[in-house]
Amino acid sequence: MSGNWIKVCEKDDIDEEDVIRFDHSGKTFAVYRSPADEFFATDGLCTHEHIHLADGLVMDEIIECPKHNGRFNYKTGEAKGAPVCVNLKTYPVKVEDGSVFISV
Amino acid sequence: MSHFVIVGAGECGARAAFALREKGFDGEITLVGSEAIAPYERPPLSKASVLETLDPKFIASLEKYAESGIRLLSDVTAQDVDPVAKTVTCSDGSRLAYDKMLLATGAIARPLPGAAMNSAHIRSLRTHADAMALRKAMLPGKHIAIIGGGFIGLELAAMARMLCADVTVIEGLERVLKRGVPEDIAHVITQRHRAEGVDVRCGIAISALTEEGGKAIVRLSTGETIEADLVLVGIGAIPSTELAMRAGLTIENGIAVNEYLMTSAPDIYAAGDCCSFPLAIYGGRRVRLESWRNAQEQGTLAAANMMGVDEAISAVPWFWSDQYDMTLQIAGLSEGAVTHLRRDLGESAFMLFHLDEAGRLLAASGIGPGNAVARDIRLAEMLIAARAHPDPAALVASNIKLKSLLAA
Repeated sequence: MSGNWIKVCEKDDIDEEDVIRFDHSGKTFAVYRSPADEFFATDGLCTHEHIHLADGLVMDEIIECPKHNGRFNYKTGEAKGAPVCVNLKTYPVKVEDGSVFISV
Repeated sequence: MSHFVIVGAGECGARAAFALREKGFDGEITLVGSEAIAPYERPPLSKASVLETLDPKFIASLEKYAESGIRLLSDVTAQDVDPVAKTVTCSDGSRLAYDKMLLATGAIARPLPGAAMNSAHIRSLRTHADAMALRKAMLPGKHIAIIGGGFIGLELAAMARMLCADVTVIEGLERVLKRGVPEDIAHVITQRHRAEGVDVRCGIAISALTEEGGKAIVRLSTGETIEADLVLVGIGAIPSTELAMRAGLTIENGIAVNEYLMTSAPDIYAAGDCCSFPLAIYGGRRVRLESWRNAQEQGTLAAANMMGVDEAISAVPWFWSDQYDMTLQIAGLSEGAVTHLRRDLGESAFMLFHLDEAGRLLAASGIGPGNAVARDIRLAEMLIAARAHPDPAALVASNIKLKSLLAA
Protein backbone atom coordinates (compact mmCIF):
# COMPACT_ATOMS: atom_id res chain seq x y z
CA MET A 1 0.00 0.00 0.00
CA SER A 2 2.71 2.48 0.80
CA GLY A 3 6.42 3.05 1.07
CA ASN A 4 8.89 1.60 3.48
CA TRP A 5 7.96 0.88 7.06
CA ILE A 6 10.25 2.71 9.44
CA LYS A 7 10.59 1.60 13.03
CA VAL A 8 9.69 4.41 15.45
CA CYS A 9 10.02 2.89 18.91
CA GLU A 10 8.76 0.18 21.20
CA LYS A 11 5.06 0.23 21.92
CA ASP A 12 5.58 1.10 25.57
CA ASP A 13 7.79 4.07 24.78
CA ILE A 14 4.56 5.99 24.26
CA ASP A 15 2.11 6.29 27.13
CA GLU A 16 -1.57 5.88 26.52
CA GLU A 17 -3.21 9.15 25.44
CA ASP A 18 0.19 10.62 24.67
CA VAL A 19 2.53 11.55 21.83
CA ILE A 20 6.23 11.44 20.99
CA ARG A 21 8.35 13.20 18.41
CA PHE A 22 10.05 11.09 15.75
CA ASP A 23 12.62 12.49 13.32
CA HIS A 24 13.54 10.66 10.16
CA SER A 25 15.37 11.67 6.97
CA GLY A 26 15.20 15.36 7.74
CA LYS A 27 11.48 15.25 8.51
CA THR A 28 9.74 15.35 11.85
CA PHE A 29 6.67 13.37 12.81
CA ALA A 30 4.38 13.03 15.80
CA VAL A 31 3.38 9.50 16.80
CA TYR A 32 0.38 9.01 19.08
CA ARG A 33 -1.07 6.30 21.29
CA SER A 34 -4.80 6.75 21.80
CA PRO A 35 -6.71 6.01 25.03
CA ALA A 36 -7.99 2.89 23.24
CA ASP A 37 -4.40 1.73 22.69
CA GLU A 38 -4.28 2.42 18.96
CA PHE A 39 -1.34 4.17 17.25
CA PHE A 40 -1.40 7.06 14.79
CA ALA A 41 1.11 9.35 13.10
CA THR A 42 0.99 12.86 11.64
CA ASP A 43 3.40 15.50 10.47
CA GLY A 44 5.32 16.73 13.48
CA LEU A 45 4.82 20.45 13.00
CA CYS A 46 1.69 22.50 13.52
CA THR A 47 0.31 23.99 10.29
CA HIS A 48 -0.05 27.44 11.91
CA GLU A 49 3.56 28.09 12.93
CA HIS A 50 6.44 25.65 12.95
CA ILE A 51 5.93 24.23 16.41
CA HIS A 52 6.53 20.60 17.42
CA LEU A 53 3.17 19.09 18.24
CA ALA A 54 4.81 16.40 20.38
CA ASP A 55 5.19 19.04 23.14
CA GLY A 56 1.41 19.42 23.14
CA LEU A 57 -1.34 17.74 25.06
CA VAL A 58 -3.30 14.72 23.83
CA MET A 59 -6.91 14.52 24.98
CA ASP A 60 -8.93 11.66 23.50
CA GLU A 61 -8.43 11.98 19.77
CA ILE A 62 -7.23 15.59 19.81
CA ILE A 63 -3.68 16.93 19.81
CA GLU A 64 -3.36 20.53 20.89
CA CYS A 65 -0.43 22.64 19.73
CA PRO A 66 1.67 23.71 22.76
CA LYS A 67 2.07 27.24 21.47
CA HIS A 68 -1.25 28.62 20.36
CA ASN A 69 -3.67 25.82 21.21
CA GLY A 70 -4.51 24.98 17.61
CA ARG A 71 -6.33 21.63 17.72
CA PHE A 72 -6.23 18.70 15.34
CA ASN A 73 -7.83 15.29 15.27
CA TYR A 74 -4.66 13.19 15.11
CA LYS A 75 -6.53 10.21 13.68
CA THR A 76 -7.71 12.11 10.59
CA GLY A 77 -5.45 15.19 10.63
CA GLU A 78 -8.49 17.45 10.61
CA ALA A 79 -7.88 21.04 11.83
CA LYS A 80 -10.50 21.86 14.47
CA GLY A 81 -10.69 25.65 14.10
CA ALA A 82 -8.81 28.93 14.61
CA PRO A 83 -5.93 29.53 14.65
CA VAL A 84 -5.39 26.40 12.58
CA CYS A 85 -7.14 26.06 9.25
CA VAL A 86 -4.86 23.68 7.33
CA ASN A 87 -5.19 19.95 8.07
CA LEU A 88 -2.26 17.84 9.23
CA LYS A 89 -0.94 15.10 6.98
CA THR A 90 -1.36 11.64 8.49
CA TYR A 91 0.69 8.47 7.93
CA PRO A 92 -0.10 4.76 8.21
CA VAL A 93 1.09 3.06 11.39
CA LYS A 94 1.42 -0.59 12.34
CA VAL A 95 2.46 -2.44 15.47
CA GLU A 96 4.42 -5.66 15.12
CA ASP A 97 6.08 -7.68 17.88
CA GLY A 98 5.68 -4.78 20.29
CA SER A 99 7.29 -2.25 17.95
CA VAL A 100 5.66 0.74 16.26
CA PHE A 101 6.31 1.42 12.56
CA ILE A 102 5.21 4.24 10.28
CA SER A 103 5.08 4.37 6.52
CA VAL A 104 6.42 7.67 5.19
CA MET B 1 -30.93 41.34 5.39
CA SER B 2 -29.32 41.70 8.78
CA HIS B 3 -26.08 43.73 8.90
CA PHE B 4 -23.40 43.16 11.56
CA VAL B 5 -20.64 45.76 11.77
CA ILE B 6 -17.35 44.97 13.48
CA VAL B 7 -15.24 47.97 14.41
CA GLY B 8 -11.57 47.10 14.76
CA ALA B 9 -9.77 44.73 12.43
CA GLY B 10 -7.24 43.08 14.69
CA GLU B 11 -7.17 39.51 15.96
CA CYS B 12 -10.47 39.86 17.76
CA GLY B 13 -12.47 41.60 15.03
CA ALA B 14 -11.21 39.35 12.24
CA ARG B 15 -11.84 36.18 14.25
CA ALA B 16 -15.33 37.40 15.07
CA ALA B 17 -16.08 37.98 11.39
CA PHE B 18 -15.01 34.47 10.40
CA ALA B 19 -16.71 32.94 13.43
CA LEU B 20 -20.02 34.51 12.37
CA ARG B 21 -19.77 32.71 9.04
CA GLU B 22 -18.60 29.44 10.62
CA LYS B 23 -21.65 29.58 12.86
CA GLY B 24 -23.92 30.10 9.88
CA PHE B 25 -24.68 33.83 9.96
CA ASP B 26 -26.01 34.67 6.51
CA GLY B 27 -26.43 38.45 6.75
CA GLU B 28 -23.96 41.15 5.78
CA ILE B 29 -20.68 41.55 7.66
CA THR B 30 -18.57 44.70 7.51
CA LEU B 31 -15.18 44.76 9.21
CA VAL B 32 -13.83 48.28 9.69
CA GLY B 33 -10.09 48.66 10.32
CA SER B 34 -7.96 51.78 10.53
CA GLU B 35 -4.78 50.15 9.29
CA ALA B 36 -3.94 50.12 5.59
CA ILE B 37 -3.24 46.40 5.46
CA ALA B 38 -5.45 43.38 6.16
CA PRO B 39 -5.68 42.08 9.76
CA TYR B 40 -2.52 40.39 11.01
CA GLU B 41 -1.34 38.66 14.15
CA ARG B 42 0.31 41.03 16.61
CA PRO B 43 2.27 38.66 18.90
CA PRO B 44 4.92 38.00 16.20
CA LEU B 45 5.70 41.74 15.97
CA SER B 46 8.09 41.36 18.89
CA LYS B 47 9.32 37.90 17.92
CA ALA B 48 11.56 36.22 15.39
CA SER B 49 8.81 35.20 12.99
CA VAL B 50 8.21 38.79 11.88
CA LEU B 51 11.50 40.44 12.78
CA GLU B 52 13.38 37.90 10.66
CA THR B 53 11.00 37.51 7.72
CA LEU B 54 9.86 41.17 7.81
CA ASP B 55 6.42 40.13 6.56
CA PRO B 56 3.20 40.48 8.54
CA LYS B 57 1.52 37.20 9.47
CA PHE B 58 -1.93 37.79 8.05
CA ILE B 59 -4.89 36.20 9.81
CA ALA B 60 -6.39 35.34 6.43
CA SER B 61 -5.79 36.11 2.77
CA LEU B 62 -7.86 38.82 1.07
CA GLU B 63 -9.48 36.06 -1.01
CA LYS B 64 -10.68 34.41 2.17
CA TYR B 65 -12.56 37.58 3.21
CA ALA B 66 -14.12 37.79 -0.25
CA GLU B 67 -15.06 34.08 -0.28
CA SER B 68 -16.58 34.41 3.18
CA GLY B 69 -18.59 37.45 2.20
CA ILE B 70 -16.81 39.70 4.69
CA ARG B 71 -16.56 43.31 3.52
CA LEU B 72 -13.18 44.47 4.81
CA LEU B 73 -12.78 48.25 4.96
CA SER B 74 -9.08 48.98 5.43
CA ASP B 75 -7.65 52.40 6.23
CA VAL B 76 -11.06 53.46 7.49
CA THR B 77 -11.71 54.66 11.04
CA ALA B 78 -15.09 54.50 12.71
CA GLN B 79 -15.62 58.01 14.06
CA ASP B 80 -19.02 58.09 15.66
CA VAL B 81 -21.66 55.63 16.73
CA ASP B 82 -25.28 56.57 17.21
CA PRO B 83 -26.67 53.78 19.39
CA VAL B 84 -30.25 55.02 18.97
CA ALA B 85 -30.29 55.34 15.18
CA LYS B 86 -27.92 52.32 15.10
CA THR B 87 -25.44 53.84 12.69
CA VAL B 88 -21.66 54.21 12.50
CA THR B 89 -20.04 57.16 10.73
CA CYS B 90 -16.66 56.45 9.18
CA SER B 91 -13.63 58.51 8.18
CA ASP B 92 -14.33 57.86 4.48
CA GLY B 93 -17.63 59.70 4.85
CA SER B 94 -19.78 56.60 4.79
CA ARG B 95 -22.51 55.91 7.29
CA LEU B 96 -23.22 52.26 8.03
CA ALA B 97 -26.53 51.14 9.49
CA TYR B 98 -26.10 48.11 11.74
CA ASP B 99 -28.41 45.60 13.33
CA LYS B 100 -25.68 44.53 15.73
CA MET B 101 -22.23 45.89 16.27
CA LEU B 102 -19.05 44.56 17.84
CA LEU B 103 -16.43 46.96 19.18
CA ALA B 104 -13.05 45.26 18.93
CA THR B 105 -11.05 48.44 19.04
CA GLY B 106 -8.12 46.98 20.96
CA ALA B 107 -5.60 49.05 22.83
CA ILE B 108 -2.95 51.62 22.11
CA ALA B 109 0.54 51.92 23.53
CA ARG B 110 0.65 53.97 26.71
CA PRO B 111 2.53 57.21 26.02
CA LEU B 112 5.38 58.42 28.19
CA PRO B 113 4.26 61.82 29.47
CA GLY B 114 6.05 64.66 27.74
CA ALA B 115 7.77 62.51 25.13
CA ALA B 116 7.17 61.91 21.44
CA MET B 117 5.42 58.63 20.59
CA ASN B 118 6.48 57.76 17.08
CA SER B 119 9.30 59.94 15.85
CA ALA B 120 12.60 59.18 14.14
CA HIS B 121 14.26 57.86 17.30
CA ILE B 122 11.38 57.08 19.65
CA ARG B 123 8.92 54.31 18.99
CA SER B 124 6.24 52.26 20.65
CA LEU B 125 5.15 48.86 19.34
CA ARG B 126 1.63 48.26 18.18
CA THR B 127 1.69 47.91 14.41
CA HIS B 128 3.72 46.13 11.79
CA ALA B 129 5.14 49.50 10.71
CA ASP B 130 6.37 50.02 14.29
CA ALA B 131 8.05 46.61 14.22
CA MET B 132 9.81 47.42 10.95
CA ALA B 133 11.05 50.74 12.33
CA LEU B 134 12.46 48.94 15.35
CA ARG B 135 13.97 46.24 13.20
CA LYS B 136 15.98 48.85 11.28
CA ALA B 137 17.79 49.83 14.45
CA MET B 138 18.51 46.24 15.47
CA LEU B 139 21.99 46.18 13.98
CA PRO B 140 25.51 45.62 15.31
CA GLY B 141 26.90 48.79 16.81
CA LYS B 142 23.49 50.41 17.33
CA HIS B 143 22.22 51.08 20.81
CA ILE B 144 18.58 50.47 21.65
CA ALA B 145 17.18 51.72 24.95
CA ILE B 146 13.97 50.08 26.09
CA ILE B 147 11.80 51.87 28.60
CA GLY B 148 9.71 49.30 30.46
CA GLY B 149 10.56 45.74 31.46
CA GLY B 150 7.30 44.15 30.38
CA PHE B 151 6.68 41.41 27.82
CA ILE B 152 7.07 43.63 24.77
CA GLY B 153 10.19 45.36 26.06
CA LEU B 154 11.90 42.11 27.03
CA GLU B 155 10.95 40.24 23.86
CA LEU B 156 12.34 43.09 21.78
CA ALA B 157 15.45 43.21 23.98
CA ALA B 158 16.03 39.53 23.21
CA MET B 159 15.50 40.06 19.48
CA ALA B 160 17.80 43.08 19.42
CA ARG B 161 20.55 41.10 21.17
CA MET B 162 20.13 38.19 18.80
CA LEU B 163 20.66 40.71 15.97
CA CYS B 164 23.75 42.03 17.81
CA ALA B 165 22.56 45.50 18.83
CA ASP B 166 23.49 46.88 22.26
CA VAL B 167 20.51 46.97 24.58
CA THR B 168 19.63 48.77 27.81
CA VAL B 169 16.34 48.01 29.58
CA ILE B 170 15.12 50.59 32.09
CA GLU B 171 12.35 49.53 34.46
CA GLY B 172 10.78 51.89 36.99
CA LEU B 173 9.79 49.21 39.49
CA GLU B 174 12.23 47.12 41.52
CA ARG B 175 12.10 44.22 39.07
CA VAL B 176 10.94 43.38 35.56
CA LEU B 177 7.54 41.79 34.82
CA LYS B 178 6.10 42.97 38.11
CA ARG B 179 2.58 42.73 36.76
CA GLY B 180 1.48 39.12 36.64
CA VAL B 181 4.77 37.22 36.61
CA PRO B 182 6.09 35.64 39.84
CA GLU B 183 9.43 36.85 41.13
CA ASP B 184 11.21 33.48 40.69
CA ILE B 185 10.39 33.45 37.00
CA ALA B 186 11.19 37.13 36.50
CA HIS B 187 14.56 36.41 38.12
CA VAL B 188 15.35 33.63 35.62
CA ILE B 189 14.46 35.98 32.77
CA THR B 190 16.54 38.86 34.14
CA GLN B 191 19.56 36.59 34.62
CA ARG B 192 19.25 35.33 31.08
CA HIS B 193 19.08 38.83 29.62
CA ARG B 194 22.14 39.85 31.63
CA ALA B 195 24.00 36.75 30.45
CA GLU B 196 23.16 37.74 26.88
CA GLY B 197 24.65 41.18 27.49
CA VAL B 198 21.54 43.27 28.08
CA ASP B 199 22.01 46.02 30.66
CA VAL B 200 18.88 45.53 32.79
CA ARG B 201 18.36 48.43 35.20
CA CYS B 202 15.46 48.38 37.65
CA GLY B 203 14.07 50.92 40.08
CA ILE B 204 15.00 53.83 37.85
CA ALA B 205 12.54 56.50 36.70
CA ILE B 206 12.77 58.53 33.51
CA SER B 207 13.14 62.30 34.00
CA ALA B 208 13.05 63.20 30.32
CA LEU B 209 13.12 61.66 26.87
CA THR B 210 14.17 63.88 23.99
CA GLU B 211 15.83 63.76 20.57
CA GLU B 212 19.02 65.63 19.82
CA GLY B 213 21.58 65.36 17.05
CA GLY B 214 20.29 62.18 15.48
CA LYS B 215 19.95 60.34 18.80
CA ALA B 216 17.39 59.83 21.51
CA ILE B 217 18.47 61.04 24.92
CA VAL B 218 17.07 59.40 28.04
CA ARG B 219 17.59 61.28 31.27
CA LEU B 220 17.31 59.08 34.34
CA SER B 221 16.22 59.91 37.86
CA THR B 222 19.76 59.06 38.96
CA GLY B 223 21.06 62.05 37.00
CA GLU B 224 22.63 59.86 34.33
CA THR B 225 22.01 60.26 30.63
CA ILE B 226 21.70 57.43 28.13
CA GLU B 227 22.14 58.03 24.40
CA ALA B 228 20.45 55.65 22.04
CA ASP B 229 19.91 55.26 18.31
CA LEU B 230 16.37 54.22 19.11
CA VAL B 231 14.18 54.23 22.20
CA LEU B 232 11.30 51.83 22.55
CA VAL B 233 8.63 52.98 24.96
CA GLY B 234 7.03 49.78 26.23
CA ILE B 235 5.16 50.82 29.34
CA GLY B 236 1.87 49.09 28.77
CA ALA B 237 -1.29 49.68 26.82
CA ILE B 238 -4.48 51.60 27.36
CA PRO B 239 -7.81 50.44 25.97
CA SER B 240 -9.21 52.26 22.94
CA THR B 241 -12.46 53.51 24.37
CA GLU B 242 -12.91 56.91 22.69
CA LEU B 243 -15.54 55.79 20.23
CA ALA B 244 -17.51 53.98 22.94
CA MET B 245 -17.20 56.95 25.28
CA ARG B 246 -18.56 59.33 22.64
CA ALA B 247 -21.44 56.94 22.08
CA GLY B 248 -22.26 57.15 25.79
CA LEU B 249 -21.37 53.55 26.67
CA THR B 250 -20.33 52.69 30.21
CA ILE B 251 -16.55 52.68 30.59
CA GLU B 252 -14.84 50.95 33.49
CA ASN B 253 -11.15 50.33 32.78
CA GLY B 254 -12.21 49.64 29.20
CA ILE B 255 -15.64 49.31 27.63
CA ALA B 256 -17.69 47.61 30.33
CA VAL B 257 -19.45 44.43 29.19
CA ASN B 258 -21.41 41.75 31.00
CA GLU B 259 -20.59 38.04 30.94
CA TYR B 260 -22.13 37.84 27.44
CA LEU B 261 -19.89 40.65 26.14
CA MET B 262 -22.84 43.04 25.86
CA THR B 263 -22.12 46.72 26.48
CA SER B 264 -24.52 49.11 28.20
CA ALA B 265 -26.12 49.92 24.81
CA PRO B 266 -28.55 47.56 23.09
CA ASP B 267 -27.10 45.45 20.27
CA ILE B 268 -23.54 46.69 20.85
CA TYR B 269 -20.99 44.14 22.00
CA ALA B 270 -17.34 44.60 22.87
CA ALA B 271 -14.51 42.06 23.02
CA GLY B 272 -10.76 41.74 23.36
CA ASP B 273 -8.23 44.24 24.74
CA CYS B 274 -10.73 47.12 24.72
CA CYS B 275 -13.24 45.67 27.19
CA SER B 276 -13.47 44.84 30.86
CA PHE B 277 -15.62 41.89 31.86
CA PRO B 278 -16.65 39.88 34.92
CA LEU B 279 -14.73 36.65 35.27
CA ALA B 280 -16.94 34.03 36.91
CA ILE B 281 -14.11 31.68 37.87
CA TYR B 282 -12.73 34.43 40.10
CA GLY B 283 -15.99 35.37 41.76
CA GLY B 284 -17.12 37.75 39.04
CA ARG B 285 -14.13 40.06 39.49
CA ARG B 286 -13.98 42.59 36.66
CA VAL B 287 -10.81 42.27 34.59
CA ARG B 288 -9.43 43.45 31.29
CA LEU B 289 -6.96 41.24 29.46
CA GLU B 290 -4.42 42.16 26.83
CA SER B 291 -3.68 38.85 25.23
CA TRP B 292 -3.87 37.17 21.90
CA ARG B 293 -5.84 34.19 23.07
CA ASN B 294 -8.36 36.32 24.89
CA ALA B 295 -8.85 38.43 21.76
CA GLN B 296 -9.44 35.32 19.75
CA GLU B 297 -11.74 33.58 22.22
CA GLN B 298 -13.81 36.67 22.91
CA GLY B 299 -14.12 37.42 19.20
CA THR B 300 -15.53 33.95 18.72
CA LEU B 301 -17.78 34.22 21.76
CA ALA B 302 -19.07 37.65 20.69
CA ALA B 303 -19.97 36.20 17.29
CA ALA B 304 -21.96 33.43 18.96
CA ASN B 305 -23.78 35.83 21.27
CA MET B 306 -24.55 38.27 18.45
CA MET B 307 -26.34 35.31 16.91
CA GLY B 308 -28.35 34.77 20.09
CA VAL B 309 -26.46 31.88 21.68
CA ASP B 310 -26.20 33.50 25.16
CA GLU B 311 -22.99 31.83 26.20
CA ALA B 312 -21.14 33.32 29.17
CA ILE B 313 -17.38 33.92 29.36
CA SER B 314 -15.72 30.93 31.01
CA ALA B 315 -12.18 30.96 29.63
CA VAL B 316 -9.17 30.92 31.92
CA PRO B 317 -6.77 33.79 31.10
CA TRP B 318 -3.63 32.58 29.37
CA PHE B 319 -0.46 34.39 28.34
CA TRP B 320 2.86 33.49 26.83
CA SER B 321 6.14 35.16 26.03
CA ASP B 322 9.14 34.05 23.97
CA GLN B 323 12.60 35.34 24.85
CA TYR B 324 15.73 33.76 23.32
CA ASP B 325 15.01 30.01 23.35
CA MET B 326 12.82 30.28 26.45
CA THR B 327 9.06 30.32 26.65
CA LEU B 328 7.08 31.57 29.60
CA GLN B 329 3.45 30.55 29.96
CA ILE B 330 0.89 31.61 32.54
CA ALA B 331 -2.62 30.27 33.07
CA GLY B 332 -5.03 31.99 35.43
CA LEU B 333 -4.65 35.09 37.59
CA SER B 334 -2.67 34.72 40.80
CA GLU B 335 -4.16 37.65 42.78
CA GLY B 336 -5.20 36.30 46.17
CA ALA B 337 -2.79 33.38 46.14
CA VAL B 338 -1.06 32.66 49.45
CA THR B 339 0.76 29.42 48.63
CA HIS B 340 3.26 29.07 45.81
CA LEU B 341 4.50 25.56 45.02
CA ARG B 342 7.30 24.67 42.66
CA ARG B 343 7.42 21.67 40.34
CA ASP B 344 10.62 20.98 38.42
CA LEU B 345 10.27 19.80 34.83
CA GLY B 346 13.69 18.58 33.83
CA GLU B 347 16.92 20.51 34.15
CA SER B 348 16.05 24.04 33.26
CA ALA B 349 12.27 24.16 33.27
CA PHE B 350 9.95 24.61 36.21
CA MET B 351 6.48 25.74 37.04
CA LEU B 352 4.82 27.40 39.99
CA PHE B 353 1.33 26.72 41.27
CA HIS B 354 -0.48 29.54 43.02
CA LEU B 355 -3.17 28.47 45.52
CA ASP B 356 -5.53 30.44 47.70
CA GLU B 357 -6.12 29.92 51.43
CA ALA B 358 -8.57 27.12 50.83
CA GLY B 359 -6.11 25.31 48.58
CA ARG B 360 -7.85 26.15 45.35
CA LEU B 361 -5.56 26.44 42.34
CA LEU B 362 -5.82 30.01 41.04
CA ALA B 363 -2.95 30.17 38.58
CA ALA B 364 0.12 28.40 37.28
CA SER B 365 3.18 29.83 35.63
CA GLY B 366 6.16 28.15 34.07
CA ILE B 367 9.34 28.79 32.15
CA GLY B 368 11.71 26.60 30.20
CA PRO B 369 13.41 26.01 26.90
CA GLY B 370 11.15 25.63 23.87
CA ASN B 371 7.73 24.42 24.84
CA ALA B 372 8.89 22.42 27.86
CA VAL B 373 6.20 23.81 30.15
CA ALA B 374 3.32 23.97 27.66
CA ARG B 375 1.65 20.66 28.34
CA ASP B 376 1.66 21.00 32.11
CA ILE B 377 0.46 24.60 31.96
CA ARG B 378 -2.41 23.43 29.76
CA LEU B 379 -3.32 20.76 32.32
CA ALA B 380 -3.07 23.34 35.10
CA GLU B 381 -5.43 25.54 33.10
CA MET B 382 -7.98 22.73 33.08
CA LEU B 383 -7.57 22.29 36.84
CA ILE B 384 -8.11 26.03 37.29
CA ALA B 385 -11.23 25.94 35.11
CA ALA B 386 -12.54 23.03 37.18
CA ARG B 387 -11.92 25.11 40.35
CA ALA B 388 -9.88 22.19 41.63
CA HIS B 389 -8.17 21.90 45.02
CA PRO B 390 -5.31 19.61 43.99
CA ASP B 391 -3.16 17.74 46.49
CA PRO B 392 -0.12 20.00 47.08
CA ALA B 393 2.15 16.99 47.47
CA ALA B 394 1.14 15.76 44.01
CA LEU B 395 1.67 19.19 42.45
CA VAL B 396 5.32 19.30 43.49
CA ALA B 397 6.08 15.64 42.68
CA SER B 398 7.42 15.60 39.12
CA ASN B 399 6.80 11.86 38.87
CA ILE B 400 3.04 12.26 39.39
CA LYS B 401 1.38 13.23 36.13
CA LEU B 402 -0.81 16.32 36.30
CA LYS B 403 -3.25 14.55 34.01
CA SER B 404 -3.96 12.08 36.81
CA LEU B 405 -5.08 15.00 39.04
CA LEU B 406 -7.57 16.09 36.43
CA ALA B 407 -9.34 12.76 36.54
CA ALA B 408 -9.40 12.75 40.35
